[in-house]
Amino acid sequence: MAVNPDYAGRIYPATDPYEVSRVKIAEFADAIGDPSALYRDPAAAQAAGHPDVIAPPTFAVVLSMASSGDALADPGLGLNYAMVVHGEQRFEHARPIRAGDVITAQTTISGIKAVGSVTMLHTETHIRTLAGEQLCTARSMLVERGAS
Amino acid sequence: MTQAVTYAGLEAGAQLPAVSYPVTRLSLVKYCGASGDFNVIHWNERLARAVGLPDVIAHGMFTMAQAGRFVTDWAGPGALVTEFGTRFSAPVVVPDDDTGAQIEVSGTIEALLGDGRVALALTAKSAGAKVLTRVRAVVQLPA
Repeated sequence: MAVNPDYAGRIYPATDPYEVSRVKIAEFADAIGDPSALYRDPAAAQAAGHPDVIAPPTFAVVLSMASSGDALADPGLGLNYAMVVHGEQRFEHARPIRAGDVITAQTTISGIKAVGSVTMLHTETHIRTLAGEQLCTARSMLVERGAS
Repeated sequence: MTQAVTYAGLEAGAQLPAVSYPVTRLSLVKYCGASGDFNVIHWNERLARAVGLPDVIAHGMFTMAQAGRFVTDWAGPGALVTEFGTRFSAPVVVPDDDTGAQIEVSGTIEALLGDGRVALALTAKSAGAKVLTRVRAVVQLPA
């Protein structure tokens, strides 16, 4: 089944509020093998000028995936996830995401392009606090490899 | 412990020392749980091979996270990563053994942007293949 090109430009609703916790940040830092105290120790984070522990720069993917995951699982889109690999990823951070942030993420399918048997799907996710502070823009390009 | 870099001491074109980061099947299982990305190609060899991959492969975002660690370790605790992007050019193949694979990250100072902002250009290799290309990070160093 091919990806439906009509889904280009589709705007998905913002996710329910997600509260970033110290425990989740530490779990993520453990999973990437990064021992930095900034991700675990509030005192170390405060010494570096942050109100609480901060998240590693790629942590935003946890929030953007929660949002874009809904879009990618949309049956009408027709994406075969086992055939998907990550093509490109970019983050723009206004400031680090930190423990205590209450966040929503909103995804737009910004483009769908088929080249031969390969489809490239671009998404753009805006991560904001509930108070409306823009924290991060995450742009992904996913590649659905051609089905034989 | 890395020595904190200062903007005044930097030079465009300077090389940053390469660092090698290990990745095992356990790393990927942990990353599945922490990230919420349970795509079968990251933990099930049978299904990875069924879709034409050589073996289980690392999440692209796991590999990118190692490049992120390279940047934040170099820049020091007072620095902020304001932009970070990459292209995923080849998969990191993670065999089911006790050693797994290595991700080797290296880079250069691409440009000094003023006001303490530095652009880094990085690459990452695994098993001789370039796995991340066009990696670019912009870091705000503390004043």
